[in-house]
Amino acid sequence: MNVGPHYTLYHPRWYRRRVSVWWWLQKRSYTGFVLRELTSVFVAFFAVVYLWQLRALAQGPDAYAQFLARLKTPLFLTLDTVAFLFVLFHAITWFNLTPKAMVVRARGKRVPDRVIIGSNYAAWLVVSVAVAVVLLRG
Amino acid sequence: MERITPLLWLLFSAGGTVAALFLPVHLFLTGLAFPLGWLEAPSYESVLHLMARPPVRLYLFVIIALPLFHWAHRFRYTLYDGLQLKHLTMLIAVLCYGAAVLGTIVTAYLLWTMP
Repeated sequence: MNVGPHYTLYHPRWYRRRVSVWWWLQKRSYTGFVLRELTSVFVAFFAVVYLWQLRALAQGPDAYAQFLARLKTPLFLTLDTVAFLFVLFHAITWFNLTPKAMVVRARGKRVPDRVIIGSNYAAWLVVSVAVAVVLLRG
Repeated sequence: MERITPLLWLLFSAGGTVAALFLPVHLFLTGLAFPLGWLEAPSYESVLHLMARPPVRLYLFVIIALPLFHWAHRFRYTLYDGLQLKHLTMLIAVLCYGAAVLGTIVTAYLLWTMP
């Protein structure tokens, strides 16, 4: 940045309107954007729960039973419901965005967006069913 | 920082895809269906039996570690934009990616030492 001696990198002295920290509540699309960004917190929440489960499994049957019991408390049921909804929102927005992030060509022609989005959802369905079957059969 | 940006972006997008494909079903089962009794949670023995297979451990490593890097990258920008913390760039980046690296090490350790 080309600035004079009195300027610092993040506080240059030109006129700038202050933007409220709540700027994203003023328009629906902005709110959607921030909610989408916040899905990452719940993605991390999943990782923490699974690490906790791994630790319980390593400690033995009693610790695993305690882990399962802890998940039945209202606190964790609420957290898990919210996390599930946010992760679902992440999945849907992520699948719908892929054609914009990645252009696929087949035989010199661009593959239509809905084909890419559709195959994402198909893969999602297959994966979800496969995971459920493996986990439930044991 | 600039030199590893493409790598961080790759981890973000790989982690985002893994999270989108695998996390909803896992959260639904572990967080809702099992605790609420809609479906029966697998027993301790059957989970350990499943985890005796190396591909299952590798799978768990992938669905825990990659989404952590997805979180680190996205949350970093959430803090910049949402809370206007652009001046703390380096500190936030170190904390976010550091947490993801730490989580990855813990995941690998737990999976490696699992009986």
